[in-house]
Amino acid sequence: MKKKRILTILVVACLLVGGLWFLQKLLTPKYINEIIEGRLIADYYDNAGGNDVVFIGDCEVYENISPITLWEDYGITSYIRGSAQQLIWQSYYLMEETLKYEKPKVMVFNVLSMKYGEPQNEAYNRMTLDGMRWSDSKVNSIKASMTDEEEFITYLFPLLRYHSRWSELSGEDFEYLFKTKRSFHQGYLMRVDVRPVTSYPSPTPLQDYQFSDTSYEYLDKMVKLCKDNGVELVLMKAPSIYPYWYDEWEEQMEDYAEKNGLLYINFLELLDETGIDFDTDTYDNGLHLNLSGAEKLAKYLGAELQETYQLPDHRGDAQVAAKWQEKSDFYHEMEADQYRELEEYGYLKSYGGRKPAGQED
Amino acid sequence: MLFTSYTFIAFLAAMFVLYYLVPKKFQWMLLLAGSYLFYAWAGIHFLAYILVTTVTTWYAAKRMTVLQTEQSAYLKAHKAELSREEKKALKAAGKKKTRHWMLFCLLLNLGILAVLKYTDFFISNINGIFDTDIAFMRFALPMGISFYTFQSMGYLLDVYRGKYAAQDSLGRFALFVSFFPQVIQGPISRYDDMAKTLYDEHPYDHHNISFGIQRICWGFFKKMVVADRILVAVNELIKNPADYTGAYVLAAMFFYAIELYADFTGGIDITIGIAQVFGVHLVENFERPFFSKNTAEYWRRWHITMGTWFRDYIFYPISVCQPMLKLSKASREKLGQALGKRVPVYLSTSIVWFVTGLWHGASWNFIVWGMLNCLVLIVSQEFEPFYAWFHKKFPKVGRTFWYRLFQVARTFCLMSAIRILDCYRDVPLTFHQVGTIFTEGNWNVLVNGSLLELGLSAADWGVILAGVLAMLIVSLIGRSGSVREKLSKQPMALRYGVYAALFLGVLIFGAYGIGFDASQFIYNQF
Amino acid sequence: MEALLNILKELHPEVDFETCDTLIDDKILDSFDIISIITSVNTEYDVAIPAEEIIPENFNSAEALYDLIERLQDED
Repeated sequence: MKKKRILTILVVACLLVGGLWFLQKLLTPKYINEIIEGRLIADYYDNAGGNDVVFIGDCEVYENISPITLWEDYGITSYIRGSAQQLIWQSYYLMEETLKYEKPKVMVFNVLSMKYGEPQNEAYNRMTLDGMRWSDSKVNSIKASMTDEEEFITYLFPLLRYHSRWSELSGEDFEYLFKTKRSFHQGYLMRVDVRPVTSYPSPTPLQDYQFSDTSYEYLDKMVKLCKDNGVELVLMKAPSIYPYWYDEWEEQMEDYAEKNGLLYINFLELLDETGIDFDTDTYDNGLHLNLSGAEKLAKYLGAELQETYQLPDHRGDAQVAAKWQEKSDFYHEMEADQYRELEEYGYLKSYGGRKPAGQED
Repeated sequence: MLFTSYTFIAFLAAMFVLYYLVPKKFQWMLLLAGSYLFYAWAGIHFLAYILVTTVTTWYAAKRMTVLQTEQSAYLKAHKAELSREEKKALKAAGKKKTRHWMLFCLLLNLGILAVLKYTDFFISNINGIFDTDIAFMRFALPMGISFYTFQSMGYLLDVYRGKYAAQDSLGRFALFVSFFPQVIQGPISRYDDMAKTLYDEHPYDHHNISFGIQRICWGFFKKMVVADRILVAVNELIKNPADYTGAYVLAAMFFYAIELYADFTGGIDITIGIAQVFGVHLVENFERPFFSKNTAEYWRRWHITMGTWFRDYIFYPISVCQPMLKLSKASREKLGQALGKRVPVYLSTSIVWFVTGLWHGASWNFIVWGMLNCLVLIVSQEFEPFYAWFHKKFPKVGRTFWYRLFQVARTFCLMSAIRILDCYRDVPLTFHQVGTIFTEGNWNVLVNGSLLELGLSAADWGVILAGVLAMLIVSLIGRSGSVREKLSKQPMALRYGVYAALFLGVLIFGAYGIGFDASQFIYNQF
Repeated sequence: MEALLNILKELHPEVDFETCDTLIDDKILDSFDIISIITSVNTEYDVAIPAEEIIPENFNSAEALYDLIERLQDED
């Protein structure tokens, strides 16, 4: 009798936990066909290890640099740990986490997020944080990132956050319950379409150009973390003309890099050297580069990094080369497919492109 | 700490574990510590108010009991020597002394409540009448002040009346005043009721705990699945009165009835369920009020503890005080038996409803609300002979299901209509809005999909409908005895199915988290 | 006692007050009725029933009510 009772309780408990786990899986957004950048962070764990360069930052890294070009032209292995509106403390904790998986020779941090000293947006937080595996880095990152309306427990049990999605479940939620889709190239999100810059920003003056103490605090922590781990830290600013990069900000970054003996590359000042052309190399009027731009940037950056840090060329290593050959193939396949869609539909139908003006639904 | 916050649930879980771990004689102290922690969470300075009420009431009651015991001991010892008149005089003198303590304590505490709650209302009326511009005080209202003040004053009056002896221990009395599940929104318990279980040693009792948790879940279901969801539509309707007139006002009345019922009874379910988990029995505050057949019955079944409080401590004392008895005699002589008898009753009814309205909130809306309730009560009392005649003439009609349904529907509609005074900004606007129901004639908005434009999708309405149906079914089952008792006799599969459905219902379909504002319980500030 | 029964009968002719002892528990008398009774008793017996005596035990039956009246008369 007692045995039976215990058995019943066990069965009920299993069913409950199993049911909750299943519901959580079902209701958590899959980011398959829309806002696919929500999957970027989780994508890393399948590609961790063996990367000589790791890029960390917001959309200015994951849309602007092509790691496959770095491989093809220089034999540099690299990965981009980028996510939408990644805040500087999130970048720091991602760096910390990355070092638990591998020890790259160089880490490149994109400095745009210096402008944010406070938690910004719940939805972006979720995209950066949900994908991370549990570790003290994730816990600390969540604590640093939460807006006032957020609760830690909803990261522990995302069901508490996403429960109201019951009314908007779609086919992809069921199809991708237990699997995901391959969409990225070492953290790079490819777009081949072109939408040239039409106007240059006329910046609105700010009250205060000084980066916040919090931003500097985390930048200092990055410097220390890299030093302690024998990793070279490089600062970069991508050649995006929106959001505007103020001269006052530039000055602060130059000062900081000099004081700390860091290499700082501002691509906005290297348009001639990289050959970036805003008529052909951006897909959204200058916010992000397209494939052509990302490859140009990678070509320049690869040379610079290889020269400065004597990064090894792995193309001679058969094992590594085989692995990268496969990545490279997938890259060119997608490239071809995107051009095909562009040809066929006039826009990137299944890659998040928008119908050109006048043809909207 | 809102009932629907993660913090509260964690607090509850910690209290629960500790409660059954500490030595049994410390259990009530743990509840006291927890209650004060809970209260301090809302703002540590608010503790001052509840402490003043607690200490003054405790001390005054204690003094009264001492005086009463001394007197009765003296009377007993000198029984033989004292004449009847002497005894009477002694009693009167004793009563006077205790009355001083009672009055001092009563006026102090009601004074605090009045100043904090009604000063700005008073100022705004003065400003309105004399066209002055006195600045508002904007006192922050301590959490649950109306509830704990009334509960304490009930105790004070009971001790004064000699119903029971005062509680000796300040700590125990403080727990009675501040017991955390009920301090925010009642029920307004009586001391003799609560003392039966509040201070006892409670061993782990599976039945109580399981039933308590079921009740808590059911409360969360009503509150989070139904009330907080339909709240969106109610707010849309009443915050934009100019856009939503006519049939929309009717819809608002109906939706608000659902919201308030689900919110308030859900909150009370959570309260009583939590108390049950700790082995404490709290008195019921609702008895399926929407099944009432008339207004008087409705008010005996809705917010019961408030109704009985007003009855016992205001209605009865006013009705039987000397001036009222004199008035009664005089009116019987002047107006004749039938009419004269009713004058004092109606007068005290009006007073009670005026105070009840004022207690609900410092605004004319609530005063008018109270007076309208009073009016309906008196009118239906006056119609009594007509109904009696009707039932004599058509004895079969009154016994049919349809007639009872008609009575229930009539009461529901009447109460919903009066209750809409809670919602609109002021009294004239409310009357204007209700008036448009009869003039606007836009009945088509009820069926042409306009109701789907109120911020809730069809799926949301589906959930609300299912929730309302669930509440209706539970109410129907509950008419013939405890729903949980009945459920516990069902086969295991069904039982666990119901528990799981309830739990998952709250978890998935609850309107909580980002995108939904966990609204304060509606009665919180009252 | 006779006078008291008359008072009660007038309120609820359909109730047998001589035997019923659950007037409050079964919600036969409501608060309006109770006040009517008290004011009538006041006229009839010249006894003021104070608010603290309005408890179910005193109003559940005609007999209990009569006992109360007698007790109060005695105290006067």
